[in-house]
Amino acid sequence: MNREVYLDHAATTPTHPAVREAMLPYLGEKFGNPSSFHGVGKTVKDDVDHARERIARVLNVRADEILFTSGGTESDNLAILGYARMNQMQGKHLITTSIEHHAVLETMMHLQKKENFEVTYLEPDRDGLVTVAQVEGTLREDTILVSIMYANNEIGTIEPIAQIGNMIQKWRDVHKRPVLKFHTDACQASEYLDLNVEKLHVDMMTLNGSKMYGPKGIGLLYVKRGMKLEPLQFGGSQERSLRPGTENVAGIIGMATALELAQTDRENETQRLVPLRDRLIKGIHSSISKTRLNGHPTIRLPNNVNISIMDIEGEALILYLDAQGVSASTGSACTSASLDPSHVILALGLPYEVAHGSLRLTLGRSTTQEDIDYVIQILPPIVEKLRSISPVRVDEKYFA
Amino acid sequence: MTHKQEPVKGTQGDVTTADHAKSWFYTDVVKDHFFHPRNFMHDDAQEGEYNAIGKVGSPACGDELRVWMKVDPTTEKITDFRWKTFGCGSAIASTSMASLMVTENGGMTLESARKLKPQDIMERLGGLPQRKFHCSVLCDKALRDAINDYYRRSEQFDKIIVEASRIIDPISKVTDHDIEEAVLEGAHTLELVQQKTKVGIGNPGCLPAVEELIRFYKEKYFG
Repeated sequence: MNREVYLDHAATTPTHPAVREAMLPYLGEKFGNPSSFHGVGKTVKDDVDHARERIARVLNVRADEILFTSGGTESDNLAILGYARMNQMQGKHLITTSIEHHAVLETMMHLQKKENFEVTYLEPDRDGLVTVAQVEGTLREDTILVSIMYANNEIGTIEPIAQIGNMIQKWRDVHKRPVLKFHTDACQASEYLDLNVEKLHVDMMTLNGSKMYGPKGIGLLYVKRGMKLEPLQFGGSQERSLRPGTENVAGIIGMATALELAQTDRENETQRLVPLRDRLIKGIHSSISKTRLNGHPTIRLPNNVNISIMDIEGEALILYLDAQGVSASTGSACTSASLDPSHVILALGLPYEVAHGSLRLTLGRSTTQEDIDYVIQILPPIVEKLRSISPVRVDEKYFA
Repeated sequence: MTHKQEPVKGTQGDVTTADHAKSWFYTDVVKDHFFHPRNFMHDDAQEGEYNAIGKVGSPACGDELRVWMKVDPTTEKITDFRWKTFGCGSAIASTSMASLMVTENGGMTLESARKLKPQDIMERLGGLPQRKFHCSVLCDKALRDAINDYYRRSEQFDKIIVEASRIIDPISKVTDHDIEEAVLEGAHTLELVQQKTKVGIGNPGCLPAVEELIRFYKEKYFG
């Protein structure tokens, strides 16, 4: 009998039962529009305000610094486009990394191509880390925004956000450039890392409901008080006119519950998942030859395993795993709409073969040791079968 | 605490059949060939065991395919066809299907095998996702490479057909093959093909020929 093992929590998480429970009234009797002047609307407005305060408490910020959006992609777009366009009179240089999510990367490229901004893409080291010195070395008098992800969605490497934020804060004071701001996409971090904005020294932060056992279609952007953004859409005064449109009330309530749960449980979940993650990495390494762990061995998310298995192609591997009940993902070109292999793995300076053969397994709340052992048990025969029909024998020196 | 979703009945662990052209999912026939590939080369070929070999692609571009053929010298029919591929689901399935097609009913003659088109294979597979067409184009190319190899080894040099690509735009050195690739990658208008290949930029005189080729390849691959 096949097990069902969902190991794609970096793609999305199931909705937590408590989150679903909290949302249900807003899909039923609590249907009012928060902008209305009557009681039906007012009670809903109170609940939205309360949710905003709950989130603000978790992030250690003020409630009016939270903007609700439709998700991570929109938050990244609003942060980058909104800030860059509003403040371009003071400089047109932006800094990011080459391993960002496409929501950041393509937004940056758009500004570069169509709106005459200059963008520096920092190259991480072979483990996916960028350093404080690297960022500092590229700061210029006309730099207005730095955007660096908290943790990478493909390889799980955690960037030194607090240290970079600290450096930027000092640089800003020394060079008297208050316009210089720091944004981080923290979508993958919310389950496991500290989201206390004061400690992180960030000016803007992206979060997404569907990566934290919350609903899909809801995200938020933390924007420090006093910062000016140009809205991307118009037509209402919701979210301080920066993101007009009737609120996704059920989503907002769900996200507040999800974020509280995530931050309450994060230390326990980290302690539980790190040994499982390492068991999986060790199990794959010891039972399959010619494998390579992508991303940093220790400075990585507790739930992320990304391993390249040489001489086979990722899509075929995913389909064979799926047939045995395991949901995983790959950086192979074959599964991407553009047929391009993972830009993250290539940015580590690794050859195409490594990207094509990469397997990402991301653990979550439901993951048990039995699940991990099941994967370790079924993976070697699948790899053996695919290798037996593959003509490729990649030399060790290419992926070491 | 556990809160797994109930698995949906009927699609559990399934590479589901779906009809729409943009779907990622494979037909039952594709699945069958993917999970149970026919005629692949189990062990390394012995010297002299096969009288023709062919190769196309590279692992860097995501697909590599090698084929080994036994051809009966009197009838020039393919009696055995073995392969190995590094590639995705559709690359594996289309090669497996092609290996059946060239060897069934006593084997295809080399002359008819040379005429095997990607869409013949795809038809037998019940279709492939649109963006995956180029994967099965690979196996007909490897087959033609092996056919040439057979004629080379049997010293029938006049039967070797070299598929030299034709330069369409001498300025940008873009060939008909480059345009074919661009169309296969989804560039279905002159503007999109130009974005991919730079053809005709600085040499507008070749544009009518380019447009003609785009139309030809669109009809060839996308009907």
